[in-house]
Amino acid sequence: MEQVKIHTLAVLVENASGVLSQVTRLFSRKGYNIESLAVGTTDDPSTSRITIEVLTDDQRAQLLCNQLRKLLPVYSVKLLEEDNEIRRELVLIKVSAAGSEQRNQVIQIANIFRASIIDVSQTTLTIAVIGAERKTEAIQNLLAEFGILEMVRTGMVALERGQHTINEDTKEKNEFDYGKNVL
Amino acid sequence: MQISGAKILMECLLEQGVDTIFGYPGGAIIIVYDELYRYRGKIHHYLTSHEQGASHAADGYARSTGKVGVCFATSGPGATNLTTGIATAYLDSSPVVFITCNVAEPLIGKDSFQEVDMIGISMPITKSNFLVKSADRLADTVREAFAVARSGRPGPVLVDILTNATTETAKYEPLPLPAHVTHGSLAALIHRASHDFKEPEPNSADLDKLGEMIAESKRPMLICGGGVVLSRAQEEFTAFAEKLDAPTAYTVMGCGGIRGRHPLATGMIGMHGSRASNMACAACDLLIAVGCRFTDRVATDTKSFAKQAKVVQIDIDRSEIDKNVPTAHHIIGDAKSVLRRMMKRVKQHDNSEWKAQVFSYPTDSQYPLDGDVLTPKQVCDACSRLVPEDTIVATDVGQHQMWCVQNFKFDYPGQLLTSGGFGTMGFGLGAAIGAKVGNPDKTVIHMTGDGSFRMNCNELATVAYYKLPIVTIIFKNNTLGMVRQLQSLTLGKRFSQTTFTNRGPDFVKLAEAYGLEGSRVKTVKELEKVLQKALKCGHGYVIECVINIDEMVRPMVKSGSPIDQFLMN
Repeated sequence: MEQVKIHTLAVLVENASGVLSQVTRLFSRKGYNIESLAVGTTDDPSTSRITIEVLTDDQRAQLLCNQLRKLLPVYSVKLLEEDNEIRRELVLIKVSAAGSEQRNQVIQIANIFRASIIDVSQTTLTIAVIGAERKTEAIQNLLAEFGILEMVRTGMVALERGQHTINEDTKEKNEFDYGKNVL
Repeated sequence: MQISGAKILMECLLEQGVDTIFGYPGGAIIIVYDELYRYRGKIHHYLTSHEQGASHAADGYARSTGKVGVCFATSGPGATNLTTGIATAYLDSSPVVFITCNVAEPLIGKDSFQEVDMIGISMPITKSNFLVKSADRLADTVREAFAVARSGRPGPVLVDILTNATTETAKYEPLPLPAHVTHGSLAALIHRASHDFKEPEPNSADLDKLGEMIAESKRPMLICGGGVVLSRAQEEFTAFAEKLDAPTAYTVMGCGGIRGRHPLATGMIGMHGSRASNMACAACDLLIAVGCRFTDRVATDTKSFAKQAKVVQIDIDRSEIDKNVPTAHHIIGDAKSVLRRMMKRVKQHDNSEWKAQVFSYPTDSQYPLDGDVLTPKQVCDACSRLVPEDTIVATDVGQHQMWCVQNFKFDYPGQLLTSGGFGTMGFGLGAAIGAKVGNPDKTVIHMTGDGSFRMNCNELATVAYYKLPIVTIIFKNNTLGMVRQLQSLTLGKRFSQTTFTNRGPDFVKLAEAYGLEGSRVKTVKELEKVLQKALKCGHGYVIECVINIDEMVRPMVKSGSPIDQFLMN
């Protein structure tokens, strides 16, 4: 059994109804659990980019990419390499901070993490922090003792470092396009 | 011109050259059927007994003619009754366009009468599916649906049309078939593919590499898969096999990709494969599989499969590479195009010694010949002796399916119609109907078991009404034989819910009830006499062949066992 770890998949798809469902259904159909999912349009509004994180071994991650590439509305898929990717996530945390001392402590923690305070009420502070899981989990742990009232994550987004992009024509992309060709 | 959505649909079907549809009407699709009435001179609709029968008929039509099959059904239960047929087409890569109608837009999502989310249901069993909400999207969508179904790796496509889109009018511009790819969503789809508007070609470096691998090989072997049949590449495949002088096994879906009687053919490979095929697979040093995905029925144990060989996959679908069996090399492309290009890269080989080793094992399954009692082998032999050589054989699923694949020798692609991937019992009669409609000049026989036949025998009504001279031959053993065989061999003969004794029906009387003829036979002589009569009678005929309940499919490799370790001979 190969080692199981988090794999980050970048998936470029047609921005149309049902496509996200088609992509995510593939994961459940093939027995994968999605750890994180983030979707949004790209510089081309007709194209969306989905970032999916999945806990599996290398071989199964590769097979999953192949199954995704087969779907007609999927333009390209890139399995990002652990040491050659930038991953970020936005986390919003609403913390209980009734007294001024507590409030100051929370603000200090936020400053250390270069997080921002985006909302204040008489009894709460809401903090926005951007980072990968080591940073967001660290601040979450520190804020836990003040009492986290609710929190939300956007899901991880990721890009490859350096000059390479997901849009490049590769031999492999050509191969997948062969089976999908409609000529 | 401004015309109704239903009329646009008819015009679009004519653009595709469609003249045959199988289907079943209903409330939501009523306007489409109303328009069909006006087009009845150009488009022939075959009404089946059940939507599932229509789905298999469209599939059988597609497989036997190489054209795209078309199937209509209404919303809700009409549409869900198609699902088994859609999945059957999907697993065997059969190009069928399924057109269903759904409730009108204001009623969508309200659990309206006969409303179902057919797009959601069909997503994992179609190559692509489309929801059409308005008439102005119909033409473009139907054009895309047909192109997707037939091109690349073929497969079923579902178009779900809301009722309002069939009644309202929209502008329709006729567009000849070759111009479809340069218009609308199809143009966009092609534009973003890396090959753009050029027909994609196999990679020449990959072809060269296979040429080198072949030159180094001492014991090459070929597997002819369903891709060869879909690509109609029999000529190219056979020439390639002859140039390599390599023993060639075929899968169930690959039947007819190379002639069954070809001297290089070693018979079927896999769980019920011949000894020659399975032993060759274990002993070869180069295994070239064309259009074959190595399912668990072929690669019974993926770890030990072709363990001495470098495995090469030639497939049009890149996602099949390394899916089940790890490969040393692959070439992506249409079988015909790849094999044609490979011919220049391979010199004529002579593998007499290797062939002698392989063909020292039997290429046919060995069945004991009993005296008085009719055996499955005798049934198959009598049938293949008496029917014309180009007869199309549709089967159901189970023991009889394996007996047919083992004992019939198929001559051309599309001659055998069988549910290889999905294993759909009840596929055969519908498929036979589709095949007969698509090939009126050919003889079509339907081989079935009593278990499978009970599932969709209602289509005898279709056979009778349209006067289709299809001969149904039932291997009647009063049991679900394939399951019983497993129960016999691995579950201590506990025949849980697999025995049909005293469960009826009387198939001869059933045939008569549908206005057809039927006979029960117990000996080869009787079978020969009845079959000759049935082939000439000009209408449907049901022949019940009474065989022993304990007949088995031989040889057999257990699921999970290495391919050369036979559980029994």
